[in-house]
Amino acid sequence: MRSMRRTIATIAVLIVAFVATAACSGTDNTPAVPISATTAVPVISGQTVTLVTHDSFWVSEGTLEAFTSATGVEVEVQRLGDTGQLVASAILTSGDPLGDVLFGVDNTFLQRALDADLFVPYESPALAGVAASLILDPGHRVTPIDFGDVCVNYWIDSFGDDLPVPAGLADLADPAYAGMLVVQNPETSSPGMAFLLATIAEFGDGWEAYWSALRRNDVAVTTGWEDAYYGEFIAGGGDRPIVVSYASSPPAEVIYADPPVDSPPTGVLTDTCFRQVEFAGILTGTDNRAAAEALVDFLLSPTFQEDIPLNMFVFPALSAAALPEEFIDFVELAEDPHLVDPAVVEANRNDWTEQWTNLVLR
Amino acid sequence: MRGRLARVLCVGVPAAFLGLFFIYPVVSILGLGLSGGGLDHLIGLSGNANFRGVAWFTLWQAVVSTVLTVVVALPGAHLIARRRFAGRRLVRALATVPFVLPTVVVGGAFLAVFDRLGMSDGAFRLTHTVWAILIAHVFFNLAVVLRTVGSFWEGLDPGPEEQAKVLGASPTRTFLLVTLPRLRPAVAAAASIVFLFCLTSFGVVLLLGGPGIATIETEIWRHAVWRGDFEAATALAFVQLAAVLAVVAVGNGLQRRRAVGLRTVVARAPAAGRWELAANLGLLGMVLGLPVAVLLERSFLSGGGYSFDNYRALAVRVDLLPLTAIDALVNSFVFALAATAMAVTVGGLASLVVVHGPRALSRVFDLGLMLPLGASAVTLGFGMLIALDEPPLDLRSSRWLVPVAHALIGVPFVMRVLVPTLRSIDLRLREAAAVLGAPPAVARRLIDLPIAARALVVGAGFAFAVSLGEFGATSFLPRQPDRMTAPLALFRLLGTPGQQLRGQAMALAVVLMVLTGLSVLVIEMRRGSVGGDF
Repeated sequence: MRSMRRTIATIAVLIVAFVATAACSGTDNTPAVPISATTAVPVISGQTVTLVTHDSFWVSEGTLEAFTSATGVEVEVQRLGDTGQLVASAILTSGDPLGDVLFGVDNTFLQRALDADLFVPYESPALAGVAASLILDPGHRVTPIDFGDVCVNYWIDSFGDDLPVPAGLADLADPAYAGMLVVQNPETSSPGMAFLLATIAEFGDGWEAYWSALRRNDVAVTTGWEDAYYGEFIAGGGDRPIVVSYASSPPAEVIYADPPVDSPPTGVLTDTCFRQVEFAGILTGTDNRAAAEALVDFLLSPTFQEDIPLNMFVFPALSAAALPEEFIDFVELAEDPHLVDPAVVEANRNDWTEQWTNLVLR
Repeated sequence: MRGRLARVLCVGVPAAFLGLFFIYPVVSILGLGLSGGGLDHLIGLSGNANFRGVAWFTLWQAVVSTVLTVVVALPGAHLIARRRFAGRRLVRALATVPFVLPTVVVGGAFLAVFDRLGMSDGAFRLTHTVWAILIAHVFFNLAVVLRTVGSFWEGLDPGPEEQAKVLGASPTRTFLLVTLPRLRPAVAAAASIVFLFCLTSFGVVLLLGGPGIATIETEIWRHAVWRGDFEAATALAFVQLAAVLAVVAVGNGLQRRRAVGLRTVVARAPAAGRWELAANLGLLGMVLGLPVAVLLERSFLSGGGYSFDNYRALAVRVDLLPLTAIDALVNSFVFALAATAMAVTVGGLASLVVVHGPRALSRVFDLGLMLPLGASAVTLGFGMLIALDEPPLDLRSSRWLVPVAHALIGVPFVMRVLVPTLRSIDLRLREAAAVLGAPPAVARRLIDLPIAARALVVGAGFAFAVSLGEFGATSFLPRQPDRMTAPLALFRLLGTPGQQLRGQAMALAVVLMVLTGLSVLVIEMRRGSVGGDF
């Protein structure tokens, strides 16, 4: 027993030491270089700026390093869950933020973040190159970085002379397309929410009647994008030829095709698209204001912007950013995508989803 | 002097671990929510018909899932504990495999199985029904009962059964009246873990139950993350924790029986009969094998035929991921090792307190360290974010936070295996040793230690597997991109269209599964040498 006790005691001491080390290692990231008091421009070189973002964030190796070589500022990336989790975490930790800049809040969650005073205003000079339709906060508390359209996708081979490709949202309620559509639950899925907003933008007060018609037309509902695309849609072995997905899904179907293909097996109904815009904002409470501003500028630089499409499968906000070949060849962007004012979304979101649940699931 | 230090550590380490990483965060988040209007929500819940429906469903599906799991697993536990056959150790190791499989993969595999059996539509539809949830719960939790009960059963003295047989009792009667009562501590231990898992099950309910089905766990997530309604989420989290507390208290009471008599002489187990073996393995194969087979098939499907291409692709980084799938596996292993070390230390020390400590302290530890298993990932993750944010405890972006969260879930496994075993060490054994002249220290080393070590490795295997497959709590904690774990990488691969990515995700799931099986096998190799019963 004595030897057992000795072992236990040793292990216990190790654990305590380990916990203590872990506790201390998290605290020593204060910048070593003092901010110069004599110059007007603060010296940011040598600082570390922390970018808090969602699990889908990634850029090529070397991209963030380009920022470091230009400014001397190191970027530490912390990823946390999906967009919903990210925004909820940021709200819970507001005032004592997890980092200096947050990237990844989209226009469906934007108002919630703004209401919680998550961000301090910053008008980046790079905004000059961004389409005005993407700048959704006139106070510039957030800066648009990219956008992605949520659109109805279809399996090309399922349509032809007998059955034409549906023209738009209204056709999906036509009995000719019964049992073909699969959508995601807007209460548990981001594309599901975007599609609900597209129908609300298109039909206004008639959206409830539209969804009742979709239900009569045997629409399938899944919890998330994965089980819709891979479970019910033909691409994943299911039997439904129409699915709510993204405008960037067809190029992904080519880039990650197996076996290789020359053109995507899927197409996009461009009249059904809802535009999701992703923003970055400087978190209230940051000590690294100057470095954070530099990072936001960098996120809108051509270096970062042109790296976005193939890593995150969304489109750069900077109009002049060059697109990869696959995006030029296989993407047809909606000219007039649906958009709903973020304030209207936040004010009605919970009522809309509740009403939707009653109409479609109960 | 040394004895006192050991006692202080035995109590202090688990108490500090639980207090700092579970109670403090959870109390912080619940306190924040309840003070901000959550209390009114909580009071209003009892009158809310929708909530009553969700609560009732949560409860009954967990009860039925647990009962089904125990019933399906007991024959297998008997086979593993009391019969000799080739590949016994392999079967026991393979049973842990479902543990690490991400729900999104298993969910897909189950849907494919239902489809192939013609049960995705029509009168025998399973897809998006309660049945799908129940079947998946049996799949995921079978190992808990199989291994916890199996390991206990193996050490049980077969004497009373033999006496019953001599006295003319039928096998069924013997099992019901002689064996089952003596297995009660282990069955109760395993069942309480399974129950907590099913009570707080998330992915299975969302994916297999479909959009029409909700439990308290999914409602907490929906309110906190999607609706931004922290008050409602907190009220639900409070109810959930209260329910978990009650369940654990009852479960612990059932386990609190001492000394059922572990076997003294290790007799060679009889060889398994051919039919017995076939029926048992057939049942396990049905439940565990079918979804895994679908997964295997998909992992080899590539370029329109079957090949190892998907597996080769694991070494190449795709643009969507910050690292290769193999690097993600390495991360998962490092985290799992750290989590297992912590879980074994904390769980081991806490078990000693539960079994040998003062009564009040014993009950508090027994109850407290089980709770993390029944807390939702949302509560724990958000709690850690708001509580562990001040120096010297600013751990939010520490790389150790993820293994700590995994260890919290691993500790209950270590304890549920260890406590019943320690309790059952026959006092007579020790008395016999004393009579034969062994000093107490020697008796403990020769009797307690080998038996305890055997249970400890079973617990360690669980803790390791749980950490490898953990997704929920991990996703709520901030992580640097190069520390991505395998389940998170897999989820990301499945988030973008393209057969290549899907194939790679399936291959990654299979590798994760095989490596888990192997690790558990290796961990348990030690068990053979310590227990000496192979």
